[in-house]
Amino acid sequence: MSEHPEPPPDTLPDDSAPGDEAAAAGLARGVRGYLIGLFLAVLLTAASFGIAGSHVVYGPAIPIAIAALAVGQMGIHLVFFLHLTTAPDNTNNAMALGFGVLICGIIIFGSVWIMAHLNHNLMPMNQLLQMQP
Amino acid sequence: MTFVDLSADVLPLGTGSHAGARGHGAGGPAPKRIVVGYGFWIFILSDFVIFSCFFAAYAVLAGATAGGPDARQIFQPGDVAIETAALLLSSFVCGLATLAVARESQLWTQVALLVSGLFGLIFLALEGREFADLVLRGDGPTRSAFLTGFFTLVGCHGLHVSMGLLWLGTMMAQFYAKGFRPNIRHRFLCFSLFWHALDIIWVAIFSLVYLVGTVL
Repeated sequence: MSEHPEPPPDTLPDDSAPGDEAAAAGLARGVRGYLIGLFLAVLLTAASFGIAGSHVVYGPAIPIAIAALAVGQMGIHLVFFLHLTTAPDNTNNAMALGFGVLICGIIIFGSVWIMAHLNHNLMPMNQLLQMQP
Repeated sequence: MTFVDLSADVLPLGTGSHAGARGHGAGGPAPKRIVVGYGFWIFILSDFVIFSCFFAAYAVLAGATAGGPDARQIFQPGDVAIETAALLLSSFVCGLATLAVARESQLWTQVALLVSGLFGLIFLALEGREFADLVLRGDGPTRSAFLTGFFTLVGCHGLHVSMGLLWLGTMMAQFYAKGFRPNIRHRFLCFSLFWHALDIIWVAIFSLVYLVGTVL
C-alpha cells in the first residue's frame, strides 16, 4: 500500500496527551515545566497554610480564600503535572474533565445544600425523642 | 495493510486545527497511547466522583461530633505540612521519571521512581501514625459521625496511595525486566496520571479537612 501517504508521527507539537508532552519537548524544557509547577504549587500551599494560621485575611473570608487557593493549585497540577491542554488530541480529556467537575460539583454542593435545609426544617432531636410514646 | 490506510481513504487531511493532527479525526485513528491515556483519565474522573461523595459526607457530618473531639482538637498542622510536602515532592519526582522514561534511561528511571516511592512512604508513615494515635486515644472511626467521615475520606486517599506504591514497585520491576516496550510505557503513563491525580485529591483534603476544619 505504498501509494497512501505516510501516517503522521505519533508525537506532534501541540498535540499531546496528558503526561506525554515531555516526549516531544527537550529534556531541559521538560524539567523546567515540572520545576515551574512545583514552585507554583509550593507557593499556593504555603499561602494556604499561612492564611489559616494568621490574621492576614478577614476571619470569615478565610475558608473562601483557602478554597480559591486550592482550586488554583488543582489547576497548576492539571497543567504542569498532568499536561492537560486543549490541543486536538487532548480535547476529549478536557471535555471529560469538564463533565467530571460538573458531577463532583452537583454531588458536593447539592448534598451540603439539601442537608443544611433538612437540618433547618426538622425538629431538634431532643424534642423528637420526647414525642415518642 | 494497516488500518491507518482505510481512514486515509475516507477522511480528508487537515480538518483539525493542525494539519495532520489526529484529535479531530484527520490523519487516521488516534495512536494507542492517546486512547489509553483517555481511558485511564475517565477512570480517574470517576474516582474523583467517588471522592466527591466522601467530601460531601464529611462536609455534612463535620459538626456532628457527639460530644467527642472536633477538628480543631485532633489535627496537628505540623504533620499535615510535612505530609503535604512529601506527597508534592513525590509527584514532582514522578514527573521527572516521566522524562527519564521518554529518554529510555534505565538508571534515572529507577532512581526517580525509587525517590518518588520513598516520599510516598514518608507520607503513608505519617498518616498511619496519625490514625494510630487517634484510635489509641479512643477517637477512632466509631467515636462520632465526624470521625467516621474523617477516617473514610482520608483513609480512602491513604488506601489509594498504598495501591499506588504497589503499582510504582511493579513499574520499577517491569522497566527493569522488560525494558521500555510500548505497552509498559503506556502502563507507566497511566501510573503517572494516577499518582498526580492523588496529589490533586490531597490538595482538596488538606484544604477542606485540615485547614478550613481548624479555622471554622
